[in-house]
Amino acid sequence: MTVPVVHGAPGNAVARVRWAVADGWTITLRDLAHWARKPAQVVVGLLFPVMIVLMFGYLFGGGMAIPGGGDYREFLMPGMFAMTMVFGIETTFTAVSTDITRGVTDRFRSMPMAPSAVVTGRATADMLNSVVGLAVMMACGLAVGWRWHHGLGAALAAAGLLLLLRFALLWAGVCLALVIRSPEAVMAVQILVWPLGFLSNVFASPATMPGWLGTLVEWNPLSATVSAARELFGNPGFGGDSWAAQHATLMAVAWPLLALAVFFPLSVRLYHRLSR
Amino acid sequence: MGSTGHAIIAEGLRKRYGGTEALAGFDLAVPEGTVCGLLGPNGAGKTTAVRVLTTLLRPDAGRAEVAGLDVVRQPARARYRIGLVGQHAALDEVLSGRQNLVMFGRLHHLGLARARVRADELLERFGLADAGDRPVERYSGGMRRRLDLAAGLILAPPVLFLDEPTTGLDPRGRNEVWEAVGSLVASGTTVLLTTQYLEEADRLAARICVVDAGRVIAEGTPGELKAAIGGDRIDIVLREAARLPAAAEILARAAGTEADRDPDTRRVSARVSDRVAALTEVVRALDEAGIAAEDIALRRPTLDEVFLRLTGHDARPATSTPEVAA
Repeated sequence: MTVPVVHGAPGNAVARVRWAVADGWTITLRDLAHWARKPAQVVVGLLFPVMIVLMFGYLFGGGMAIPGGGDYREFLMPGMFAMTMVFGIETTFTAVSTDITRGVTDRFRSMPMAPSAVVTGRATADMLNSVVGLAVMMACGLAVGWRWHHGLGAALAAAGLLLLLRFALLWAGVCLALVIRSPEAVMAVQILVWPLGFLSNVFASPATMPGWLGTLVEWNPLSATVSAARELFGNPGFGGDSWAAQHATLMAVAWPLLALAVFFPLSVRLYHRLSR
Repeated sequence: MGSTGHAIIAEGLRKRYGGTEALAGFDLAVPEGTVCGLLGPNGAGKTTAVRVLTTLLRPDAGRAEVAGLDVVRQPARARYRIGLVGQHAALDEVLSGRQNLVMFGRLHHLGLARARVRADELLERFGLADAGDRPVERYSGGMRRRLDLAAGLILAPPVLFLDEPTTGLDPRGRNEVWEAVGSLVASGTTVLLTTQYLEEADRLAARICVVDAGRVIAEGTPGELKAAIGGDRIDIVLREAARLPAAAEILARAAGTEADRDPDTRRVSARVSDRVAALTEVVRALDEAGIAAEDIALRRPTLDEVFLRLTGHDARPATSTPEVAA
């Protein structure tokens, strides 16, 4: 039997970065291999938001009024894109907490790999997952009559804002998993996620709500992303009275950056706390 | 390795969680190429010690060296020299056994081709070649554990840590793991093994350290430890209660200690140090005296008895009724 000989950790910074990237990619490939092993699970995960689109677009949509007029499904789709991004937090949470409870995280930490790779690999895999998820939702939107009206560039900018939201929430998911450390607690995470999703302008316009609730909804970070996306896609329903609603695009950048500024350093800290 | 000839050294390790001292001055020295068993009940500090020695946990105080490297000051280098097989089979359940080993090989910075070759070698060595392409979630408990062992051996590390490697396995799975560990030891790997089973420590370890309340309280070969706690017991159940005093006298003479009598069960019992000689002597003397025995049993001390003797308390505090120590 040949026993592999590997020399110690690389001395210079460039080599260390190259290892961190290579190790992160190995962890990402692990997740992609899951897709190949469990395609049904992936398909179900992708189709769940499609089902909600059909439910709201056709079942409830007839009773929904858009202030200023416009098609309800045109109004709904940008909100559903954002919801898909928010639901991703559950994927992140389940993956990170499962690795912790199974001891896989400890095995990684006892190995000579780059410590950052465990998390960067996870983040890359989740973002790839979300890009595919967003593409499926857009295809679904095109099928039910949703269109973008301000050109491909604006549409891509909207997609960028949506993915920025997902990226910020990813770190919130990592933090929650590092604190709770139990994959079964995903139920509790869902209970946290649903108010964020429904107390927003995804399904109904804040203008149709009682004043105080409308204001709360307009300040919801999710609403900012949805309003900005509607504006960029040229879909009906953006606008509102509050400062947050009038500066939706600014808020759609500011909220995720703020969340990143909180949750990214916090998740690094919590990860280091595993050795305490 | 260390100039001392020791693959693992721990000196005065301390680790406190809230009000509990998980490690309270933990000392250990394991010579290169030997197997050391850390024997102790749940919560004794065995796993905490392993987590410190494998760089997963920073101790509050004390020093530890593995394969000549300080695990607190040089954790990155130490990780090249250790393998860890923890309490759970730390594997990706969705991936196949081969995919798991290739991934771990890549994370040890083997190139893809070498990682693949190494995965095949390890699957072969642990009898998993046929199951290599099946997802791990369809493996039996014993197969998972063997794959887990293989994953800890990617770089053939000089020091391997096994934290309760057979917990939760059926007897067949346990035997599979024991055989795998036995072959490792033959190839010169230093192994630190934690276990709750006396039988397991006895079977695998040349030296046993008994751990209680965060420190090593007794150390020696399995034979030495057994002698220290008074060896085995002979139990005799008589046909007639009337012969109890005579039988007790015979047993006491053979054992060299006093024999306990229990008239209700017609039983006499005594601790023996030379088990075979004592048993032979007892059987011969009973026969000569014409005392009929219903049952004669030679039994080994249980882990509970070892702990009771060494620590003054039960090995499994969770299952025993709370009592105030005398």
